[in-house]
Amino acid sequence: MSLSFLERGLLLLVMLIFLEGTVLTLGAASSPDISAQDNTGGGHDRRDDHRGIAGSHEQTNYTYTKKAFPVLSLDYHHIQVPFEISLWVLLASLMKLGFHLIPRLSGIVPESCLLIVVGLLVGGLIKLAGEEVPPVLDSNLFFLCLLPPIILDAGYFLPIRPFMENIGTILMFAVVGTLWNAFFVGGLLYAVCQIEGTYLSQVELLPCLLFGSIISAVDPVAVLAVFEEIHINELLHILVFGESLLNDAVTVVLYHLFEEYSGAGEVTPMDVVLGVICFLIVSLGGIAVGAIYGILAAFTSRFTSHTRVIEPLFVFVYSYMAYLSAEMFHLSGIMALIACGAVMRPYVEANISHKSHTTVKYFLKMWSSVSETLIFIFLGVATVAGPHAWNWTFVSVTVILCLVSRVIGVVGLTFIINKFRIVKLTTKDQFIVAYGGLRGAIAFSLGYLLNKDHFPMRTMFLTAIITEIFFTVFVQGMTIKPLVDLLAVKKKQEAKRSINEEIHTQFLDHLLTGIEDICGHYGHHHWKDKLNRFNKKYIKKCLIAGERYKEPQLIAFYHKMEFKQAIELVESGGGVKLPSAMPSQVSMQNIQPKKLPPAVAERALPQFTKGREEEIRKILRSNLQKTRQRLRSYNRHTLVADPFEDGWNDFLLKKQRMIELEKKMSNYLTVPAAPPDSPTMCRARLASDPNAFYNIKASSEGVPTIQVDLASPQSPDSVNMLNEFSKRGAKDQGLGQREVATRDEDQGLMMKPSSAGKEEKGEEEGGNKNPGLMRCLSDPGPSNEDEEDEPFLP
Amino acid sequence: MGSTNSTLSKIPNVEELMQETGFTPAHIVRLYDRFEALDKEKTGHLRPQDFGAINRLAMNPIGDRIIGAFFSPGQETVDFHSFVRILAHFRPADKKRPKDPSMPEPVNSRTSKLKYPPLVFSLISVAFQLYDQDKDGKISRAELLQVLRSMLEMQVTEEQLESIADRTIQEADLDKDDAISFEEFRKSLEKVNIDHKMSIRFLR
Repeated sequence: MSLSFLERGLLLLVMLIFLEGTVLTLGAASSPDISAQDNTGGGHDRRDDHRGIAGSHEQTNYTYTKKAFPVLSLDYHHIQVPFEISLWVLLASLMKLGFHLIPRLSGIVPESCLLIVVGLLVGGLIKLAGEEVPPVLDSNLFFLCLLPPIILDAGYFLPIRPFMENIGTILMFAVVGTLWNAFFVGGLLYAVCQIEGTYLSQVELLPCLLFGSIISAVDPVAVLAVFEEIHINELLHILVFGESLLNDAVTVVLYHLFEEYSGAGEVTPMDVVLGVICFLIVSLGGIAVGAIYGILAAFTSRFTSHTRVIEPLFVFVYSYMAYLSAEMFHLSGIMALIACGAVMRPYVEANISHKSHTTVKYFLKMWSSVSETLIFIFLGVATVAGPHAWNWTFVSVTVILCLVSRVIGVVGLTFIINKFRIVKLTTKDQFIVAYGGLRGAIAFSLGYLLNKDHFPMRTMFLTAIITEIFFTVFVQGMTIKPLVDLLAVKKKQEAKRSINEEIHTQFLDHLLTGIEDICGHYGHHHWKDKLNRFNKKYIKKCLIAGERYKEPQLIAFYHKMEFKQAIELVESGGGVKLPSAMPSQVSMQNIQPKKLPPAVAERALPQFTKGREEEIRKILRSNLQKTRQRLRSYNRHTLVADPFEDGWNDFLLKKQRMIELEKKMSNYLTVPAAPPDSPTMCRARLASDPNAFYNIKASSEGVPTIQVDLASPQSPDSVNMLNEFSKRGAKDQGLGQREVATRDEDQGLMMKPSSAGKEEKGEEEGGNKNPGLMRCLSDPGPSNEDEEDEPFLP
Repeated sequence: MGSTNSTLSKIPNVEELMQETGFTPAHIVRLYDRFEALDKEKTGHLRPQDFGAINRLAMNPIGDRIIGAFFSPGQETVDFHSFVRILAHFRPADKKRPKDPSMPEPVNSRTSKLKYPPLVFSLISVAFQLYDQDKDGKISRAELLQVLRSMLEMQVTEEQLESIADRTIQEADLDKDDAISFEEFRKSLEKVNIDHKMSIRFLR
């Protein structure tokens, strides 16, 4: 089995690479042809319009010779750019798909390596075809399109608590560590360049330092890509990852500083002071910009309760604008993005609907995944594109120095940091932190950005950068997983938080705050507590819609757990013994504070005895089966007899299960299924069991006439039918007639507190709602979801 | 330095105290200053009212429980020694620290096999004792409800509290006796990194 998979996977890969390569070369090749065509032929109307009046070739060629009407023509140039972009994205996605089809390979080699290899192949193919490799890792494209999704994804889902707990360590590594790396590598490289016999003596100090600063920054993309796969424990992950994010500010400042002054040839102490001030402005400014946009986004999300569909858009657009605004001022865009995501998240999540939350999550993951894949492929392509200037000394010294400086830096800093940490970093931890310092595409793009005229040795730099990236990603990336296993480093704990942990952690927090107060000490907990109080009192009131700001974190957490359990219950098909004895009707009450009428709280679900149930079911079944034959002739939709009969047993079984399920689910669902008479429901119902609707209706009236009005969303038919139904049922059991609440109650008919009518309704609804119920239940949410249905109603 | 020594000399049995708890002289002095500041009437003992005077503690949902922890059952006042001894529970993990005799009974014999250093254990045991007001070694549903009520203040209804309490017990209760024993408590917290909680650096 695995062999066929392997074969299939490899074949797929090879074919894809060929396909992509050929199409791209065709695309590159055909564009000059088209423009040549323009000169000769009468031309395409659109092109003429675009070009306007000026243009000699148009004037000379505008002798209208009548040709045959072009029935089919090829106009690649028109769609070239979007087409190529889509092709690249498609390639990236298919590669990702392909790798997971070959599990053995993805176990040994990290994805990033494979992607770089693919990029190399594609680049190679393009070059083989003789075409010019497009400059895909263009800095603009990289910094403005490819990098933001990854950073936003990281920032939005950043685990705030471990990040803040280790912020001191992270900052030390990010700032001091990067500075150390930059100067060590740059300085020693310069020294090496000055040695006789290396022919590198024209490389000056400042360019070397610039190179050092470019190459010393740990890259978040590469770190994410590799660390995702090794599942290392949270502390190490957040240390390395946090460092890679925060060193952006340092890199930006150093880069600009050295780039500016490389022309001048020297850096005065004044410049250094200015550099330090610049660093503070860059980092704090970036964070401030991000925070402002984050608050704006949170505030906007407060008002989106009526337009749920565009909620995710606010998250994305505000974040992207934060990034762009920061980049506009040459502040740290990465820090802005992180700050924006982290600030807006708690408030936005309290405001947006469940579905929007899922959308945000999946879109972010999707974009960041595609971006990451593309970046690595482009790295490969850019390597092939060149131009390269290989210099053995320079490159090898770079690689060695980077490794050495990283190790020394980490060890030295840890020695200092451990004096202040409660949980010390062990040698193993230090090793992983040092070894996990991967370089990536940011370094390459920064190098690419260098001006050719100011830096004649740019190509040499680029070659060295690429080599370093390859070294870290391939060698370090591939070996880190076995090393982690070998050293038995603690792995990530997979289990989710239980409510116990939540409660006890809060309890401990309170306890420690209290002790700090007794000691009169304004410590860690004191400030955290103060921040929380401030947050609760002022900020949440502004930024969270409705009554939900009062909801304590514990309750929100508890609700989430109940939701999850409810979802699991439904997906497992019902019939599961539920742990909580008490139906949490009250939890529903809290989530829908505005809409729920007080009557709902006293809702009591009547329990029918087994005997009664059976009776009712038997009656229904017999009646439905009887009318089946009669109805066939009246069907507007021609039905083939056999499928209907085959499906009948399934239908009955489903109905039975649905009854049981419903009894239990009605306690836990906060979203009733969509009202059975919305057209979506009607369509779905009819699609699956067209006759069911007719049958039930007919049986209730006793006369085989069918009037089905599909168009009306609130077909009074259904309500009347139910009324009929309940009357029938009541008659059968000799109970008094009960009134069936009308459709006004927007909770859906399922929740009506009528006892006699309930069973039948349950049956009928259960059967009818079969496809719809499952669909709705698969993603429940707060009841303001009802408003989402409105656009669907005609 | 001189003031430290003079303050130290005022405290009886300070050597013994330092050895027992592991506090340095500087710490003892700071705690003594704090003790004196709280002890407004200079009686040399603290009463619950003195603790209650700390404003921020009054805002703390479990403030009164914490205060109660300082006073052994039956005692009305707490002297400096007991004050320091109890605060010693909250010092960060320190392997050289001597064993604390006031830990709950079932724990002592198993200290050596635990993966946590003794003092981290101590924080959990203090927390457990704060939950378990009637000192029967288990957190019953009623006790849990009380804690939840005080933590969540007025913001939730009684039924919600009950369902949360039920859920909590059901999750943690392994021997199905409808209460959480110390072992179960500790087990449910083993994934939480307690070390990080011990960040009252002041007391190092």
